[in-house]
Amino acid sequence: MQKQMKPEEAIQKIQSGHTLMVGGFGLVGAPLTLIDELTRHDVNQLTVISNNLGEAGKGLGILLRQGKIKKAIGSYFTSNREVGDFYNQGKLEIQLMPQGTMSESIRAGGAGIGGYFTKTSAGTELAKGKETREINGELYVLENPLKANVALVKAAKADTLGNLVYYKTARNFNPLMATAADFVIAEVDEIVEAGELSPEEIVTPHLFVDAIVQSQLILSKEGVVSK
Amino acid sequence: MTNKDIQELIAKRAAAELKPNSVVNLGIGIPTLIAKYVEPGSVFFHTENGMLGVEELTSEEDLDPSLVNAGKLPISEGIGASYFNSAESFAMIRGGHVNVAILGALQVDQEGYIANWAIPGKNIMGVGGAMDLLSGAGKVIVTTNHTSKNSESKIVAKCSYPITSLRKVDVIITELAVFKIEDGKLVLKELMPGVSLDEVKEKTEASFEISEEIIVLR
Repeated sequence: MQKQMKPEEAIQKIQSGHTLMVGGFGLVGAPLTLIDELTRHDVNQLTVISNNLGEAGKGLGILLRQGKIKKAIGSYFTSNREVGDFYNQGKLEIQLMPQGTMSESIRAGGAGIGGYFTKTSAGTELAKGKETREINGELYVLENPLKANVALVKAAKADTLGNLVYYKTARNFNPLMATAADFVIAEVDEIVEAGELSPEEIVTPHLFVDAIVQSQLILSKEGVVSK
Repeated sequence: MTNKDIQELIAKRAAAELKPNSVVNLGIGIPTLIAKYVEPGSVFFHTENGMLGVEELTSEEDLDPSLVNAGKLPISEGIGASYFNSAESFAMIRGGHVNVAILGALQVDQEGYIANWAIPGKNIMGVGGAMDLLSGAGKVIVTTNHTSKNSESKIVAKCSYPITSLRKVDVIITELAVFKIEDGKLVLKELMPGVSLDEVKEKTEASFEISEEIIVLR
């Protein structure tokens, strides 16, 4: 099966109203080429699940400015001051989640788990309206899984089957998001033949990956640059 | 003392709390200053964006834009370091495998509740890993200036800002004093160098007990 695609080809899978997962912790490990392609793709009303919405006018911050995002689900939007402005103007819905709960909910979504109880956020404003349960004398909160129509993930290397390996702290949410969407597009810096990666080093097995795209934009010491 | 001096003083005292071989997560702000007061290799620093074995970056030449801590600052890789995804990283935190978390605070109260993620009347735009660290870390140490920029006590009778967790903190270190929460009560354990008990009383809104073995640091 041929999984290698051009960015513009892969991004056609995204339709208006879709829920997207986008990997990355800030710009580190973010699929910058796919996000850039999405800025030229005519869609709107997107729900975006990502730790942050990039920075002001960078990464997912561009999509925010374009008005393509209806709702953002994440843990830390403070890094893009425009998120607060859009929210105040009623142009953006926000669902704030503790970072560990967001991660675990994506893992649960990918693993077919219908929900789970955690102590995190119990008794705080983020638990308002949520079902709680006392377990062994401590208060836990019911959290739901997260799933998406399309996930955009970033890895260091893929083989032609779609097996993925990652690089340092650019891994973050990417392997989780690769499990939790109907269609998973992996942006990678290098594509090698099947068999070239050691089975022991593969972090994301190929069954999770639907499309492989070669990166054109990368994060360097100087910021985001063309390769 | 400049604010920088105050922060370094607090960081140095906090470093002395760390037992050899413990796994420690450092928050943003004063906690990031602690690593340099710890003997290299004596503790293992964890960062919630997915790494155990964080070391300080010592040379700009070695800067790798894909190697950052939770504050998105560049770091380097210690011997025996490992990388993992966000769910595994938070399983370490929430599952009780991280021995110590050191965090900043907006307020801490006399029962040990902490508020460090939201300010009333402002948009709440970020929580990050604060609630996870409170719910799961073995020991929680708070490092904070004793008073806010408006000279209001940050050690309060009851948090007026939204609390971060039902879990209470264990130690509070400021430029004036070290407090511990013992049996749900705030206890003054140490006075920082040159600080009088009267000054601590004057600048602390919370009620506190005074340890019988109070230590006066010099």
